[in-house]
Parts: sequence; C-alpha cells; structure tokens
Amino acid sequence: MNADLASVFRYFGIFIILIGICGVYCILATRNLIRAFIGVEILIKAATLLIILAGYVTKQVALAQSLVITLIVIEVALMVVVGGVILCAFRDHKTIDSRNLMNMKG
Amino acid sequence: MEINFILLSCLVLMSLWTVITARLIMAVVGLALTSAVLSIIIFRLDSPLAAVFELSVCAGLIPVIFITTVSFTHRLTKEGLRIRRKEKFAKFWLLPIIIVIVAVILFSYTQKPAHLVTSVSASGGRDVRYILWHTRQLDLLGQIAALLAAAVGVAVLFKEQKE
Amino acid sequence: MPLLLILLPFASLIILNLSTKSAMHRHGFILVGAVALFQVVTALGRLGEFWDIKYNPLVKFFSLGSAPDNLTLIALLSIGIVIFVSLLVARAVLGNETLKFNFMNLALLACLGMNAVVMAHDFFSIYVFIEIAALSSFILIAMTKDPLAIEGAFKYIILSAVATVLMLCSIGLLLLFAGGTAFTDIALALKNSGNEFLFKAAVGLFLCGLFIKSGIVPFHGWLPDAYSASSAPVSVLLAGIITKVSGVYVLLRLVVSVFGGLAIIQKPLMAIGALSIVVGALLSLTQNNFKRLLSYSSISQVGYIILAAGCATPLAIFGAVFHFFNHAVFKSLLFVNAAAVEKQTGTVDMENLGGLAARMPVTATTSVIAFLSCAGIPPLAGFWSKLIIVIALWKASHFAYAGIAALASVITLGYFLHLQRQVFFGKLKAGLEKIEEADFSLALPQIILAIIIVAAGLIFPWILKWR
Repeated sequence: MNADLASVFRYFGIFIILIGICGVYCILATRNLIRAFIGVEILIKAATLLIILAGYVTKQVALAQSLVITLIVIEVALMVVVGGVILCAFRDHKTIDSRNLMNMKG
Repeated sequence: MEINFILLSCLVLMSLWTVITARLIMAVVGLALTSAVLSIIIFRLDSPLAAVFELSVCAGLIPVIFITTVSFTHRLTKEGLRIRRKEKFAKFWLLPIIIVIVAVILFSYTQKPAHLVTSVSASGGRDVRYILWHTRQLDLLGQIAALLAAAVGVAVLFKEQKE
Repeated sequence: MPLLLILLPFASLIILNLSTKSAMHRHGFILVGAVALFQVVTALGRLGEFWDIKYNPLVKFFSLGSAPDNLTLIALLSIGIVIFVSLLVARAVLGNETLKFNFMNLALLACLGMNAVVMAHDFFSIYVFIEIAALSSFILIAMTKDPLAIEGAFKYIILSAVATVLMLCSIGLLLLFAGGTAFTDIALALKNSGNEFLFKAAVGLFLCGLFIKSGIVPFHGWLPDAYSASSAPVSVLLAGIITKVSGVYVLLRLVVSVFGGLAIIQKPLMAIGALSIVVGALLSLTQNNFKRLLSYSSISQVGYIILAAGCATPLAIFGAVFHFFNHAVFKSLLFVNAAAVEKQTGTVDMENLGGLAARMPVTATTSVIAFLSCAGIPPLAGFWSKLIIVIALWKASHFAYAGIAALASVITLGYFLHLQRQVFFGKLKAGLEKIEEADFSLALPQIILAIIIVAAGLIFPWILKWR
C-alpha cells in the first residue's frame, strides 16, 4: 500500500486504540456485570472498525464486509446468551454485583 | 476541521461517555449512539452493507437485548444513584486523562492525512453478496448455527425454575 | 463427503426440536447417540469412498476445501467418542427430563461447532465455529442454574470474550498482509512479509487468544472454576473435548499447515508449554476437590501437547496428536469416575471420601487405568505418547525441555497416587458404608473408555511397525 493509505491507516488506528482503551477500562473498573459486557461490546466495535479499515486500505472492501456481517451475527448471539446468564445470576443472588462471584477459591 | 476527525472524535467521546455515565440505561443509550457514529464511519470507508448491518443490529437489536436484561434486574434508587455518582467520579476520573495523554502521544507521531480516497471497490469488481454466497458459505452455516445457539440459550436460560 | 458431519448434527437438532416432547424425550438419546457413533465409525474406518463422494448440488453450495488429513480424522474420532460418552453420563446423572433434553440440543450444537472447526481451512471460519462451540458451552455450564455454576460460567465468558476480541483484532491485522483469510493466503503472506512488526503482532494476538481458549498458564484462571462447577456430563464434554478442540487443535493445525517450524513461534510455544506442565502439576498437588485436581491436571497435560507442538519436528507432531487423542480419552474417563463417585456419595471433596474401592470396584479399576495412562506407565496408551514426545524433544536437542517433561510425569504420578489413596483406597469413612457401585449406565462409559485406553496402548507398537 502506498504512503497515502498507510497514513490513513495510522490515523484511524490511533482512534481504534483509544476506543480499545475505553473498552478495557470499562471491563476492569466496574463491578456491575452488565457494564462489563458493555465494555466487551466496545472492544468488539474497535475490532470491527479495524477489519473494515484493513479492507479499505488493501482494497478488499467486499471481503471485509462479509467478515463484518458474520461477526455482527455472532456478536448478537453472544449477547443474547450473556443476557440469559446474567438473568440467571440475578435470580440467584438478587444482585449483579461481581463481588458476589468471588466464592470459588483455590 | 475535516469531517473524518469530527466523526472519529465523536466516536471516542461517545464511548467515553458510555463508560463514565452513572446510570445503566444511559450507558446502553451511549452504546447505541457509539454504534450509530461507527456505522457512519464505516459507510465513509466504502462499506455500505456493513454500515447498514451495524446500524440496524448493533445500534438497534443489541441495545434492546441489554435493556431487556436491565429491566429484569432491579432499579437503582435515588440514594443508590447518589452513591454511585460519587463512586463513579473516584473510579473513572482516570480514564479521560489517559485518553488525552495517549492521544497526544500518538498524534505527535503522525500527521493528518488527506481526504479519504473514495475508490469504488477496485477489488476485482467482486460484490459483497457474491463473496458472501460463493466464497464464504461456511460462514453462512456458522451464522445459522449461531442463531440456533442463541435460540436454545433463550429457551434454556430464560425460563423460571419450576420447583 | 465431509460436509455430512456438519449437516447431520444440524438436521438432528432440527428434528429433535420439531417433534412432540414426549416422543423426543424417550428416543432423543438414541438419535444423538447414533450421530456420535456415525462420526466415530467414519473417522475410524477411513472409508476412502465416503470422504470423496461428491453430491453435486450440495457440494457446489458449501465447499470445504481439501479432503481431511490425519490430524482432522483423529480429532473427529476424539469428538465422536467423547460426545457419545457424555451422552451416556447425561442419561444416568441428570435429574429431570428438561435438563436431559437441553443437554442433547447443546451437545449437538457443540458437535456441529467442533466438527466445523476441525474441518475448516480458514482463520475466520475457525473463529466463527469456535464461538459457536463456546456459546454452547456457556449455556451448558449455566444450565443447572445453581450459584457456583453461574459463577464458573461468568469467569469463562469474560475470558472467552477477551480471547474473541484478540482473535478478531489479529484477523483484522492479517487482512492487511494477506489476500484472504484462508490458510494458503496467510502462509503466502508469511513468506512475503513475515518480518513486519504488525504481522508478528497479529500472529502473537491470535496465539494469545488460543492460549486463553485452551486454558494454558498464564491464562488458566477460568478453567478450574468452570470444570468443577459444571454438572457431571458437562464436565466430561467440556474437559474432554471442547477446550481441546477450540484451543489445542487449532494450535496444532496452525503449526502443521501455516507456520511450519518458525523459530519465533517455536520458542514461546515451548516455553509456555513447559510452564503449563510444571504449574499445572504443582497446583494439582494441593487440591482437595476431585474435580479441581482433574482440571489442574488437564492444564498440565495440555502443556505437553503445546510443548510438542512448539518443537514442530514430524515426530513431535505425531506425539502431540496422539497425546491429544489420549488426553481426550483418559481425561473423560477420570471425569466419568468423578461423576460416578459424586452420584453415589453426593460429594467430590476428597477429605470426606475414602476406601471406596471395595464398594465401587468398576470405578476404582477404571480410574487406576486412567491415571496410569495419564502418568505414562507402560503398556497403556499414555506411555507411548509421552515417550514419543520426550524422544522427539531429545532428538531436537531440547534437553532441558525433555527433562522437564520426564520429571513432570513423576509429579503426575504423585498427585494421582494421592487421589487414589484419598478416594478409593484407605479406610472406609464413616457414613459411606451403604454406598454401592454406580448402576450400569454409568459403568458402561467407564468400561468403554478403559477398553479404548488399554487397546490403544497394546495395539500401538503394531501401528508403529506398520507405518
């Protein structure tokens, strides 16, 4: 890829790293389980932008779009299952604080 | 300032807000707005189909799933909200500072690029639909299986235990 | 055609759910068991015609690339065996009909996901089906809805989501260098631009994602909690095959098909493999819970496979693949033993158990066979695979690693002897006098797996001669 595209990649890449930092911080700094998965969602968005950007820079937009479409479907399935598990956790403990999940030791 | 910088900064600001905000519902709304801005950026990067998917699913379906989950769990009372706001400030003041520092460091290494070269897909003329149906069929099977897995998950996990 | 192994679980899933409830609850197990047995037979029989038949319309629509090679066949065989065994255990252990029905559905989904992982030749497809197998395992762990299970499920989900993001970022970066995500494209990109920083970073990220999925040190935090908190048949399925296929098989496949014996891949793989062997073995020594001990032992055994994969000579790869199969079999057997003990005595805490050998002879004998195979005692199958790994390491002049591998066998023997003495031999604890042997439906899988271990061990020298 020529220098023009490389600079576009670097420019967008900086923002991808920034979003990634937001996502990681969200996962680490929260005790609420739902918020942790919002952080996971933000990280997956950063990855989505990276795939589309890579496709744009190497002129493979069609392939990148197919990958992203499949990725979004998998993401939906993941979030549905996660929502289900959170509901089960809520029904047991009556709270979704992650401090309650530190029961297993060893 | 050019449009790309505005869009990307909006993206970072939205995700920042999503992380920092005190109320959970506001965080989900922030997630939806982040997805919306992301879909505009994806559209500008020459990927219209992916942008439509991102807008409809990630800015529509996934926030609905989150709000469903949130509505099943108990609401924060006013007192809880006040405590949460105080805790929030203590925990999350670090994040914007980190973002600004990292942004300044990284930006000092690059220069702003010229306008995005909107080249019509010069990737051998292949359409997304062609690639999806002819080259990546296994992924299609995977999508169907993932949706089945989500359906089974709902059937298993969302049911109340009948004692 | 190999596609049948993916479409068959699919079709069974739909059939299972479309029929009326009572019919399926009675006959459902037969259907799913038949699917698993079909897989075992086709993988074992190496029916040449089966793998080459092309039914035109279907094959034109879904194309899987080249015919499966030996690595795929052995993985398919392991998948079939473990799913069949876990079905038997589920039938015996799970309480009510709804749980059994859900287990059948989820086992079919996991089977579908894993078959596609072992037969795909493309990074992104492998990622998609790893996610599907992971989704089914999340639901499986959380199925019983008790608090410990939910906790184990959560730790697994969070780490698995992190692995997902790592793998996706690496695929995005790999797209920069390669024309597609198939193995051939990435191998070509490796030749062309294998030295650039972003390429190496991409490969490193993907490997980190796989390490998290396979539960290797230092990413093993989720593994003991998930294995010990899930119910018995889920533990068998999860420990026996899902973790192996999602992480270890993909690593082996990458080393065989894409990377060859690259030096930058070799050193980290071998170091992490050796670290897992040692840490897993040492942590097993301190455990008091039957299932947690088995899960740390899993970490240790997977370390062997990674160590051999890092070595990357043909002999080492052969040892790694054979140990993959062995580990699936003997670890499943040990977890079935744990299930039998749990069902009959109601606990897996080793402090409360003792002297069960007289009461549960089948369980005790088969667990002895399994642990001898795990520790590498001749003439069982585990001995051959560990021997081949150690010889391969020695021949490739990695003397220190060979020494670690051999010494860790001693530690393995140590903790398993401790386990045997605590649970099966020794004095009968008070309150356990009334325990009887687990009924036939739990004894059957144990006997089957034990026979496989002994047979594989005895037949193996002939296989070596014949090759």
